[in-house]
Amino acid sequence: MLKPVNKITLDNGLQIMLKEIHTAPIISHWLWYRVGSRDEIPGKTGISHWVEHLQFKGTPQFPAKETEKAVARTGGMWNALTYLDWTTYYETMPADKIDLALQLEADRMVNGDYKPDEVESERTVVLSERQGRENSPSFLLGEAVRAAAFRVHAYHHEVIGDTADLKTMGRDDLYNHYRTFYRPNNAILTMAGDFETETILERIQQLYAAHPAGEEPPRPQRAEPPPRGEHSLTVEGPGETTLVEVVYHAPPAAHPDFFPLLVLDSLLSGPSGLNLFGGGGISNHTSRLYTAMVEEKNVAVDIMGGLPATIDPFLYSLHLIVHPQKTVEKALAVMDGEIHRLQDAPPTQQEIDRAVKQSRALFAYGGESITNQAFWLGFSEMFASYEWVTKYIDRLAAVTPEDVQRIAQTYLRPQNRVVGTYLPRNGKTRS
Amino acid sequence: MNQPTYASLKKSSLPGPDDITRTQLPNGITILVRPNFNSMSVSVTGYLHAGSLYEPDEKLGLADFTSSCLMRGTKQGSFQEIYEKLESIGATVGFNSGSHTAGFGAKSLVDDFDTLLEILSQALREPTFPAQPVEIVRSQLLTGLAMRAQNTSEMASLLFDGLVYQGHPYSKPGDGYPETIMAIRREDLQDFHARHYGPRGMVIAVVGAVSPNRAIDRVSAVLGDWSTPHQPEVVTVPPAPTLGKITREHAPLPEKSQTDLVLGVAGPTRSSPDYVPAKVGNSVLGQFGMMGRIGESVRNKAGLAYYAYSSVSSSIGPGPWFVNAGVDPQNVEKAITLIKAEVERFVGERVSVDELKDSKSSYIGKLPLALQSNAGVAGALLTLERHNLGLDYYQRYEEMIQEVTPQTALDAAQKYLDLERFVIATAGPE
Repeated sequence: MLKPVNKITLDNGLQIMLKEIHTAPIISHWLWYRVGSRDEIPGKTGISHWVEHLQFKGTPQFPAKETEKAVARTGGMWNALTYLDWTTYYETMPADKIDLALQLEADRMVNGDYKPDEVESERTVVLSERQGRENSPSFLLGEAVRAAAFRVHAYHHEVIGDTADLKTMGRDDLYNHYRTFYRPNNAILTMAGDFETETILERIQQLYAAHPAGEEPPRPQRAEPPPRGEHSLTVEGPGETTLVEVVYHAPPAAHPDFFPLLVLDSLLSGPSGLNLFGGGGISNHTSRLYTAMVEEKNVAVDIMGGLPATIDPFLYSLHLIVHPQKTVEKALAVMDGEIHRLQDAPPTQQEIDRAVKQSRALFAYGGESITNQAFWLGFSEMFASYEWVTKYIDRLAAVTPEDVQRIAQTYLRPQNRVVGTYLPRNGKTRS
Repeated sequence: MNQPTYASLKKSSLPGPDDITRTQLPNGITILVRPNFNSMSVSVTGYLHAGSLYEPDEKLGLADFTSSCLMRGTKQGSFQEIYEKLESIGATVGFNSGSHTAGFGAKSLVDDFDTLLEILSQALREPTFPAQPVEIVRSQLLTGLAMRAQNTSEMASLLFDGLVYQGHPYSKPGDGYPETIMAIRREDLQDFHARHYGPRGMVIAVVGAVSPNRAIDRVSAVLGDWSTPHQPEVVTVPPAPTLGKITREHAPLPEKSQTDLVLGVAGPTRSSPDYVPAKVGNSVLGQFGMMGRIGESVRNKAGLAYYAYSSVSSSIGPGPWFVNAGVDPQNVEKAITLIKAEVERFVGERVSVDELKDSKSSYIGKLPLALQSNAGVAGALLTLERHNLGLDYYQRYEEMIQEVTPQTALDAAQKYLDLERFVIATAGPE
């Protein structure tokens, strides 16, 4: 599943990770930049994501429309993702067509056009993307909860940015952001699939040799102070369904407590994997919260949990859809009851073994996709190293029942959380 | 940029008669197997004829409700016991329901293949629909419907289906309405299951690190003695109604930030000779690259939408051929005008040879990507069987796509995309 990987750094600082997989005539190629909403300040929120959009608007060598056609003709898929800590561009293509991806990414690292009219037409596209999200109650709630959880740190705002900033930023802001962060010494190129390492490496060296290393980009230094008590908030809007999002301040991905917290999440809300590109998930119907809240007490119709892997301390979140005939208080009381149970007594070793087996299965399912394989290479390097993925199962297996109890006591305290409720105006449930 | 290069397929790596084993059990179950010993897992998917076409109007959602309850308790165990067994080995089993069929998808590490099939077969054959769990599912379905009522995209599609398919079974939502879900009793679920779940016409595909002999042997062991005496004949659907004029309606969803619009008509059936020319032609209209000509016009040039694309569905009956876009409520009319102009051009003149060549190449190149995973291959095998395409379909695929010409694409477009009979459905703020 996790075969050896070649890791090379070029003189200009570009890191390269290559993993040969010869099961299908496909290659997935990714270029990762260490820039995301974490690097944004008020007034410029959403700039990393908007830059990502503009990277598809072309360069003199690769004009937008022709490039789009050239990629589509191969049948390959290409896209980009902007996240809290990183921005990444990927192409998964038939193996014999991959040179196009290599050329294109090397070129748009430095030669983006950023024409003023393109910036303007993309402004309304990004605003439209944001409006689409605002249609969803869970987005509105999540945005409010994040803002309450982070007063100082840039994790405060959504990756898409605030409407006010999306309306006021200009072409030069975007171009400067691009030039500051898009450079070889701030990037990692990862590839998995049907290639010969030596040949591909030579080609990469050729394409990136002329790109000089730049200055180390500036990094935000605004650490979030410790929370000083529970926050709670409500968001009101149309609909009939009450949603609750509870977030706890959590350790970053490289912290020793991260893996015990992953196990805790698996016990409380079910397993989650790293399969962004196929492979799917596993149901959570025997998790403690689902059992108590949905099956036994019927206070929720569904629950979900999540612990994103990040550079700085972020959030462990629990999402509840409240049962239409039950109150928020009742639902939270059942949830807290389960959390107290974990704080009061360690889980069984059997529960941990099960979480480990589930993770092993998720990796097996996800590993069938070459795209997932290349994604894992770069993703883990953004906040730790590829070892984070290769040792993932071992680290979960090393977690003890006492670790899980300690983690529950340390992190799942009311003083460490924000409780957000979406109150539907047409609903029967009221807080 | 370099000269364009076009995709071509290595036929040896595609599923075909040489590596797909197809067999039928005496009770009527068709089994398709394609081994993949590069993987550590196995994927099992399939369907049987128990979709929403078989439910009465006053109980819309019955087929969906039934499939949602199959894992809620069987003669062998409770919900908790079933999921304990399943989740402790990291396996998954899920059911879904469409118009024609109820479907299932299951996956496990290969060592747990036998356990996976046992759980799957028990859920199919012996669900008990226990009273309290049925109520839990009901509350989940009702909540889903309450959320649907707030979702502009789903509400626009619902409105669209109702208008395009007036009087046709495709006009009805498979997830029903709150009042029909409330009207369904536990006995209805039991009856629906007893009547419609059975081996005749059932198809199951197994793909992964399992040999064909073992797969057939195991499926046969758990499902070979299943019989359902009075399983009804497979239902077919009539052609879509012909609309006499442009129909436009709006579903108001106050306080929403964006309006979703769906424009279109009923398109070809999957087995129609028009299907492939329509599908490849549609790629030029609203898929290729960043959503084809419609994406270029509505998103790239006008900056009106994050998504604006067109799609031809692959249904047994006449599925919709539609355009979907999400736009600022103030820009709805502008977007509709731009979309209509693209449709008008598409039915007014042949697409260029180069455009068509691009779209064909894209279709051909996409195939290996879709077949990377066991689940992807298993889904592809079901498509072969569902539409009677033949085991050599994926090997003939490139040739079949290449046969489309600008004229056949135009003929298909003109046959279906009649702007004078378009349905325009919108959902968003007033």
